[in-house]
Amino acid sequence: MGFFLETLIGGLMAGMLYSLVALGFVLIFKASGVFNFAQGAMVLFAALAMARFAEWVPEYAGITNPVLFNLIAFALAAVVMFVVAWLVEYLVLKHLVNQEGTTLLMATLGITYFLDGVGQTIFGSDIYKIDVGMPKEPLMAFQSVFEGGLLISQEDLVAAAIAACLVAGLSLFFQKTSTGRALRAVADDHQAAQSIGIPLDRIWVIVWCVAGVVALVAGMIWGSKLGVQFSLSEVALRALPVVILGGLTSVPGAIIGGLIIGVGEKLSEVFLGPYVGGGIEIWFAYVLALVFLLFRPQGLFGEKIIDRV
Amino acid sequence: MKLHHLVMATTLAAATLLPSVASAQAKEQFFPVLPYRTGAYAPNGVPWANGYADYLKLINARDGGINGVKISMEECDTAYATDRGVECYERLKGKAQGAIFQPLSTGITFALTEKAPGDKNPLITGGYGRSESSDGGVFKWNFPLMGTYWSGADIIMQHLTKKEGGNLKGKKIALVYHDSPYGKEPIPLLQERAKMQGFDLSLLPVTAPGVEQKATWLQIRQQRPDYVLLWGWGVMNSASLKEAVATGYPREKMYGVWWSAAEPDVKDVGEAAKGYNGLVVTGEGGKVIADIKTHVHGKKQGTGPLDEVGTTLYNRGLVSAALAVEGVRQAQSRYGKGKVMNGEQIRWGLENLTLDQKALEKLGLGTIMKPISTSCLDHEGSRSARVHTWDGKKWNLTSDWIEADDSIIKPLVKQYADKYAAEKKLTRRTPADCQS
Amino acid sequence: MFYRENGQFKTTYRSDQQIFPIAQDRWGVLLIVAFAFLGVPFLADEYMFRAILIPFLILALAALGVNILVGYCGQISLGSGAFMAVGAYAAYNFFVRVEGMPLIACLLMGGVFATLLGIFFGIPSLRVKGLYLAVATLAAQFFCDWAFLRIKWFTNDSASGTASVSDLSVMGLAIQTPLQKYLFCLAFLVVFGLLAKNLVRSAIGREWMAIRDMDVAAAVIGIRPMYAKLSAFAVSSFIVGVAGALWAFVHLGSWEPAAFSVSRSFQLLFMVILGGMGSIMGSFFGAAFIVVLPIAINIVLPELGQWVGITVSTAALTHTEQIIFGALIVWFLIVEPHGLARLWSVGKQKLRLWPFPH
Repeated sequence: MGFFLETLIGGLMAGMLYSLVALGFVLIFKASGVFNFAQGAMVLFAALAMARFAEWVPEYAGITNPVLFNLIAFALAAVVMFVVAWLVEYLVLKHLVNQEGTTLLMATLGITYFLDGVGQTIFGSDIYKIDVGMPKEPLMAFQSVFEGGLLISQEDLVAAAIAACLVAGLSLFFQKTSTGRALRAVADDHQAAQSIGIPLDRIWVIVWCVAGVVALVAGMIWGSKLGVQFSLSEVALRALPVVILGGLTSVPGAIIGGLIIGVGEKLSEVFLGPYVGGGIEIWFAYVLALVFLLFRPQGLFGEKIIDRV
Repeated sequence: MKLHHLVMATTLAAATLLPSVASAQAKEQFFPVLPYRTGAYAPNGVPWANGYADYLKLINARDGGINGVKISMEECDTAYATDRGVECYERLKGKAQGAIFQPLSTGITFALTEKAPGDKNPLITGGYGRSESSDGGVFKWNFPLMGTYWSGADIIMQHLTKKEGGNLKGKKIALVYHDSPYGKEPIPLLQERAKMQGFDLSLLPVTAPGVEQKATWLQIRQQRPDYVLLWGWGVMNSASLKEAVATGYPREKMYGVWWSAAEPDVKDVGEAAKGYNGLVVTGEGGKVIADIKTHVHGKKQGTGPLDEVGTTLYNRGLVSAALAVEGVRQAQSRYGKGKVMNGEQIRWGLENLTLDQKALEKLGLGTIMKPISTSCLDHEGSRSARVHTWDGKKWNLTSDWIEADDSIIKPLVKQYADKYAAEKKLTRRTPADCQS
Repeated sequence: MFYRENGQFKTTYRSDQQIFPIAQDRWGVLLIVAFAFLGVPFLADEYMFRAILIPFLILALAALGVNILVGYCGQISLGSGAFMAVGAYAAYNFFVRVEGMPLIACLLMGGVFATLLGIFFGIPSLRVKGLYLAVATLAAQFFCDWAFLRIKWFTNDSASGTASVSDLSVMGLAIQTPLQKYLFCLAFLVVFGLLAKNLVRSAIGREWMAIRDMDVAAAVIGIRPMYAKLSAFAVSSFIVGVAGALWAFVHLGSWEPAAFSVSRSFQLLFMVILGGMGSIMGSFFGAAFIVVLPIAINIVLPELGQWVGITVSTAALTHTEQIIFGALIVWFLIVEPHGLARLWSVGKQKLRLWPFPH
């Protein structure tokens, strides 16, 4: 029983980490209707920026207080992501207004290759460290109830808390502020939004900036867990089932979807895996998402696609 | 066709404008290099490639080439992808009569094993590739020099047996492996040993590239194995160590193969990886590292940063280059000193390579590698390694040389080599063919 | 001026309905095919065959299959790599386990098994649409990745999980040299291209396009969505399966499941989108772009670098290749969002008038 709870908690934590990445997808899709294939590359780029700045700031500016230079590195990396967002809007999205979804998807693929190349050229392809002081040792809880205690990873706990705060903040942003309303209008119909005077280009820059910051937070947390290097962009593939399970347009859906996928993955790998030789968690996550989709084709919280003849 | 013409045109233009364009001239031995300097496995591939390139530069700078024949080399980045590796191979193989290929990837090795014999290019797969290719009777052109995965797994098991006082009966050993042909290689040998020695082997695959391993390590926490063998590459290694920290599995009980126990794997885990053990086949740098620092880095010709010189993977790349160079030198001893060697001749050289301690000392390699001696039926040459342990800042040797147990490995090699020969409808080489 | 249909009168329904009604088109395609069969063997060297032409042909075939599903029927699928893998491993099992099975039969059986898997994983398309379907098909991809690594029977119980074939021959003719392999793949591509072109002009092709454009309206006028969608999955998977078997047998020779990973699926989808969705020509353009361009950049850049006196390091070369490739994709999409095939048809349209202004 204890081990089952451990796996469950581990799954919940892993799920929260996936939702961090999934949030970036959802944000951009919600606001511009673009499925941002480049989200994984953005997470990597942001993490690389922060890791390298965290190295260069103490080296060149002589600041040794870890809290301070990590904050500065974070701020600098956020600025870099703002620049990327502005460039993406100016060079790519502006010219592809109201094109089909697949064209925009392909454009984000081009951005992926571009970011991969530029990121590794500027920041290097080695493994870099992000150390934001996350606790690495595990926490043994409920030692009186279960023998040996329940293993809870403190790092994952902190990450889950950060993800929850981020989601709460983003939900409020979309629901309560006028910019959020404008974003939802743009997601609905670009041309209609433009015709009532919403400045499309500024909205897109804002959305990609926010997605960039979310990518930075995700990159920081995953980078702190795994070290920053190229495989970090593969995390996006693990987050895709979360996106479709929760619904492409729902921020709370990203969290709920993440929790479900995380738990499903870990439970299946630990309890079903040994019977079939192991290694099943990735396809199980996708199959789980697929099964949910058969009942709710737009994901749990996604907007219903209405076809008019 | 336009591409072909464009390339020819630009090459011609470049050749006329810049007379010092590097091209394989008639009197140079061409060494193609197939590294991966980009992609998910770059952190491990780059030091290897730098060691390889630096040693070749050293031979040119210090010795003036191999008996006067200078070395020319060209790199083609494979990014660890099989089809890019095949494309690089096709592009580089035409540049010289005989070229030794070392793809540093089990996937590319499998693809090139099919192509290299037809093209008469020897394939050195030092420390990786197909374990059964040490049988030169079937695999004429493959040279898994200085150890295959079966030798490596065997050495770790011998070390563990010794640690447990000679008896592993009833112990639990878990293999955390990269879910790919590379990771699956040691399984036959470990299963054989499990039968022989009575320990419990549990196999835990990690889907490539291995970024999220929580489920695997939760299972390890549940099973509580006595030892965990790590067979990963790239980010999987450091991710495994970090998850081991996160689930509280003692790193002292973890043993990695030589590709899972190098600086990039433990550098960012740092202190937390203290006590982690791994195999290493190279030793202290000694004279050759000093020479590289003088002749190559001293003249600003170093391929990578200076502080990388002498690290585990750098040394491994260096030794791989050294074996290739010695193969050519051995070929020259039979087919003409001071001449450029072709593929067949180099293959003979690699098959009749004998480097004893004295010869190694003369080359400056006395401390960095162990003596090696290949033959027609044994393309591995030597099969021993040592265990080194991470102390938080660097690797320290913690065992003597351990030799893999041929009595277990040889039958397995023969069994799998025969299977390969039957599948491909090859016949074993005759003794006469061995003498040629 | 040169592309006028002026003066080409059709006197029978048969000639009006033929595949290339305009004589210039007909002659053009015949010339290209003849050049491919007769001219290229004399002009290309071994490297061109092995590294550029053969991969291009096989991936163009696969892109053709994916285009039928994604371009003509509108079902975005990211599982093409899995279908290639099924084709490859099924063909391998037939080749190795059944004595004396002819090579072409093996390849086609590979296609048949890919079809079965395609229909199975196409069933969600009856309920799920658009990007949700795309991600759902990734389930097929990852499941097949895992199955071919874990289930030893598929790889004939080899220890390492790799499969390899050699000594290919068709009715006594060996398929060993690069030229023979090139001609073999070219023959497959021409036959399947012809089949595909006729299929999309037929009733079933029109059903697919109706489903793509507005599936509710199509159902209203009596097109059965299940039949149309599943047949699209079936035909597409068959072609992709045969392409996968060719890729494994002819190009790689010895392969592991990673050769058909998710990046291969993405690569095929991008060939289709970039080349032009819903266009047979587009598959070829897309395949050429994605196969040839990275290699071209890789070869030309060092030469250019030496011209200006800069030596490009290997890592920088790969990175620059990625940067240029990404930038080119974005540029092409801005210039022509409907893909390279649209550029081609716009060009043909202009040829009708040239050199006259209107």
